[in-house]
Amino acid sequence: MKQLLQILFFFTLGTSFLVAQEITFIDREQITRWKNSESDTVFVINFWATWCGPCVKELPAFEKLQEEYADKQVQVILVNNDFKKQFESRVIPFVQERNLKSRVVFMNESNPNKWIDLVSEEWSGALPATIIISGKKKQTLFFEKSFEYEELEKALLRVL
Amino acid sequence: MKKPLSLLSLALGLFAMSFITGVHDGYHVGDVARDFKLMNVDKSMKSMADAKDAKGYIIIFTCNHCPFAKAYEDRIIQLHEKYAPQGYPVIAINPNDKDKAPDDSFEKMQERAESKKFPFWYLYDDKQEIAKAYGATRTPHVYLLDEKRVVRYIGAIDDNSEDADMVEEKYLENAIDALHEGKDVEVSFTKAIGCTIKWKS
Repeated sequence: MKQLLQILFFFTLGTSFLVAQEITFIDREQITRWKNSESDTVFVINFWATWCGPCVKELPAFEKLQEEYADKQVQVILVNNDFKKQFESRVIPFVQERNLKSRVVFMNESNPNKWIDLVSEEWSGALPATIIISGKKKQTLFFEKSFEYEELEKALLRVL
Repeated sequence: MKKPLSLLSLALGLFAMSFITGVHDGYHVGDVARDFKLMNVDKSMKSMADAKDAKGYIIIFTCNHCPFAKAYEDRIIQLHEKYAPQGYPVIAINPNDKDKAPDDSFEKMQERAESKKFPFWYLYDDKQEIAKAYGATRTPHVYLLDEKRVVRYIGAIDDNSEDADMVEEKYLENAIDALHEGKDVEVSFTKAIGCTIKWKS
């Protein structure tokens, strides 16, 4: 009986770790809120999609950054840009399988022309793209490129 | 002796800078776009000058592999079928490096053009010179040119890449219609999410 309980205990413990984060939907107003934020938290916001090769390749760098800087008021947000009809079939399984720890949100806007400039007027719309926002320092950095960890950390340290 | 040297290096530096920014900048609405000579999927070399009686050109940087490009394939075919008879042919150009995106090799382009029965030229910008000159960054990325190759519209095909039935604004069609009617293009620049062009390293 004790053994069975132990097995049950570890089983529930195991599954609780497997429960992935809930992915919330955002609209373009959220972009404006992040950009106008006055909080002490520095936002590292990455625009990506599951089908985008360079995006998927750089995800571990963002995951590592979130882990390393979690206690320094840094929040990594991964804004997913897959097609809405593939949200259940692609995005959720992807986030689960990779066990992504950074916060993932879904860009629930059908017309990118209405929000790309809100992220940055420099952005052409090509994925991946990243903005780093420091409300406290009133600084925003924009990058239309993919990152290796060291480079991403360097970019963060410019505003931290 | 020192001065001319530093002036020279300054000039060289400025030259290098203008080159670098030029690469990223590309054309704006109102600029005259260059012609090209690129290989079509039928292995013939094509230039805009070869498009007989054209009143304009719908240049679309696109490719095989990108989900956004795929989502627009049928719409691009319809565009050509609607506007080529009016004098505005679609010219599709794949700018992707085949080593970075194997699905965008010339052979794969031929296969795709065959299976989808592309009615338009599907050209391979294998040196990526044209995409760079135009300033294309993503697929699909549209440049609408008039008869004299003046850029009249840059951007997205319409406002909904995921679902053709949900489109509210047909940016490109509006621009072509305006051009055709001799009017100013009202919305001459738009943005869309797309796949980065896979540049050679």
